[in-house]
Amino acid sequence: MRKNLNVIAAYSIMMALIILVGIFQSWNIALSIFNLCLISAVMTMGANIQWGYAGLINFGIMGYTALGGLAAVLISVDPVQEAWSAGGFDILMSLWLIIAMVLIIRFILKRFNKSKIRTYSIAVIIISGILLIRFSAEPGIEAIEAVNPAKTGFLGGFGLPIIFSWIVGAFFAGGLAFIVGKVALGLRADYLAIATLLISEIVIAIIKHEDWLTRGVKNVIGLKRPAPYEVDLQSTDWFINLIEKFNSGKLELISNLSDRQVELNQLVIEGSSIFVKLCYSGLFLTVVIILLILTQKALYSPWGRMMRAIRDNEEAANAMGKNVVKQHLLIFILGSAIVGIAGAMLVTQDGLFTPGSYRPMRYTFLIWVMVIVGGSGNNFGAILGGFAVWFLWIEAAPIALFLINFFTAGMSETHALKLHLIESVPYFRFLMMGLGLLLIMRYRPKGILPEKIEIK
Amino acid sequence: MDFLNALILLLNYIFIPALTYGSQLALGAIFVTLIYGILRFANFATGDMMSFGTMVTILFTWYFQSLGISLGVLPTALLAIPFGIFFMILYMLSIDKFVFKYYRINKSPPVQLAMVSIGVMFVTQAVVRIIIGPSDQRFFDGEKFIIKAREFKEMTGFNEGLALKSTQVITVLVTIILVSLLFWFLNKTKTGKSMKAYSDNEDLALLSGIDPKKIVMITWIIAGILATIGGALYGLDKSFKPFTYFNNMLPIFAAAIVGGIGNPFGAFLGGYVIAFSEIFLTYAYKKFFMYILPESMEPESLLQLLSTDYKFAVSFSILVIVLLYRPSGIFKGKVL
Repeated sequence: MRKNLNVIAAYSIMMALIILVGIFQSWNIALSIFNLCLISAVMTMGANIQWGYAGLINFGIMGYTALGGLAAVLISVDPVQEAWSAGGFDILMSLWLIIAMVLIIRFILKRFNKSKIRTYSIAVIIISGILLIRFSAEPGIEAIEAVNPAKTGFLGGFGLPIIFSWIVGAFFAGGLAFIVGKVALGLRADYLAIATLLISEIVIAIIKHEDWLTRGVKNVIGLKRPAPYEVDLQSTDWFINLIEKFNSGKLELISNLSDRQVELNQLVIEGSSIFVKLCYSGLFLTVVIILLILTQKALYSPWGRMMRAIRDNEEAANAMGKNVVKQHLLIFILGSAIVGIAGAMLVTQDGLFTPGSYRPMRYTFLIWVMVIVGGSGNNFGAILGGFAVWFLWIEAAPIALFLINFFTAGMSETHALKLHLIESVPYFRFLMMGLGLLLIMRYRPKGILPEKIEIK
Repeated sequence: MDFLNALILLLNYIFIPALTYGSQLALGAIFVTLIYGILRFANFATGDMMSFGTMVTILFTWYFQSLGISLGVLPTALLAIPFGIFFMILYMLSIDKFVFKYYRINKSPPVQLAMVSIGVMFVTQAVVRIIIGPSDQRFFDGEKFIIKAREFKEMTGFNEGLALKSTQVITVLVTIILVSLLFWFLNKTKTGKSMKAYSDNEDLALLSGIDPKKIVMITWIIAGILATIGGALYGLDKSFKPFTYFNNMLPIFAAAIVGGIGNPFGAFLGGYVIAFSEIFLTYAYKKFFMYILPESMEPESLLQLLSTDYKFAVSFSILVIVLLYRPSGIFKGKVL
């Protein structure tokens, strides 16, 4: 118990902060912060597996998140029949072409020895393949995008419950990670960072501009929810009764019957959105707990010890007969798959998919700040980092506003500097993140909750 | 005649823009490569440092404009650049003193320094946005065109116009001057040679009496000059927006690595490789082939290899290919 005192203390402080937001701002804000904290925690767990367990730098988190989001769209949206009949055949054709191309390249790689001719012939196959695919898919893409472009203009998805997309998102992200890992994992650490960053930008570019698949920057809105809708709740009896029971003390104070009804309606509207958020919290919390149990088990298993050995001394681990390349690839895929789950969860919560909103600051570097601040190599630390940093990210603006008002209290209300500072309040969050990261890296390089190796 | 028209078309839409863009990338790439070669880490704050220098330049430009000082046909910004450089160097040296120095002395692994540079990136981004705001700023004044498309057509009688913006000429000229000065400095002066030695083998350099503090300081000074001028030229030619500068970090990294990271000359050429391939692959060649092919064979589609949306993707793909087949870059890297 005493050993875990700092963990318990840190988490209690975090929960207390969120509850304070609930009391002083509103429970709605507190719950939405809490939900996004949970999603961030899933992302940091993914990044922590890669960086903390194995020492692999993955600056491509944004790409995996976006793929998870794409999975949410492809799973939950109803298929657009007209689009399928208009251009489905061409798209399937190109899919087959891609598969054929990959198979041919694999065959050549296996069959022939490494030589200049082999490299050039592969290059020729890839280039001619891309041209062929472009040529064959073009009419199909145009036909699909022409189908009711204001509302659909894309192929749609499978029309399944959106919850499934969390698993599919993991597979999408894992698949991408397999390709990226095969290509880039041999690189030195900083090259790997740059390469993954650039590859994630390519992924975003594709998602943004392939309208037939994702609607691109036109966004997909109104995704199905795993939780009830507010409007439905507001007209169901049991929910109204529940709210009435919950606030009976407050309601009885109002003597006028019509006033009481108005008050009740107000409470029901507020309560419904809180209820929906609570549903999401429950779902997300389940995911976080399952992942936490799995990652903790993995960390203290022989496999986890092997990963740490590889991280700390690659050559020695190699000499002990561990397949470093294979393990790196495996952990790269696992970590990315977890990030993919988080991406799907994020889109599920928002109910919309906006490819334009995927930016490296928010989805890659912020997650890294979370991992480093929280404590790399320690799952509890990583989750705490996700909570603390996200909390600060959201509450930075109010805090900054307070500080500005405090320090410029002597100035007149219309002073140019004061107005300018208040106008630029949203950007203080970058400052806080940066300073936080720098301070932690300098004075507590292992994070708030450092990694501890227990030998049982 | 048609052939000449086609050539002018390519010159106008591919060659001149790519040369300008390439010069801007090249300056950034040399900045990245210098930091990598001498301080030994990948500086993720590159784009934001450039935007900081540009921001100071813009502020001074506005100040000069309000005083009524101008350079006539030339943009006032040229007058403001030295001030921008001064503040940029101050900023960089103080960051080095308060942030990077500690890790350098402790001989931290490059990865840790790269992480620290992310912290610097956040802070710099915040500072720039707090001071000047996140929106587009234009600070160009003076004569916009040297040759206007219409005048060119009237003058020569060609169908195709050739437009030459003054910023394009300024960019290319300044880059040539700056880069030749830099290479002269690195190859001919004693300090430059000691920088090379330090980059090659730190311990040996220390043994032969090279002062590491001086080397680091000069590196940051050169980096400040390159970052400010590169950023200001980009801002003059296009426009200044902090987010664009952050994004420009990616092709700049690509250029530095393609040219062989640690090798300034490679980075210089890498900038052009990236710029030309981006523009070559995303240009629609329809009009070009309309000129050179007989009328019966005129193409119907746009003849665009990749849509312009994938401009960034091109440079990254080149980078990935280079990393796979020649991890040290086209020109052997890690030799300053």
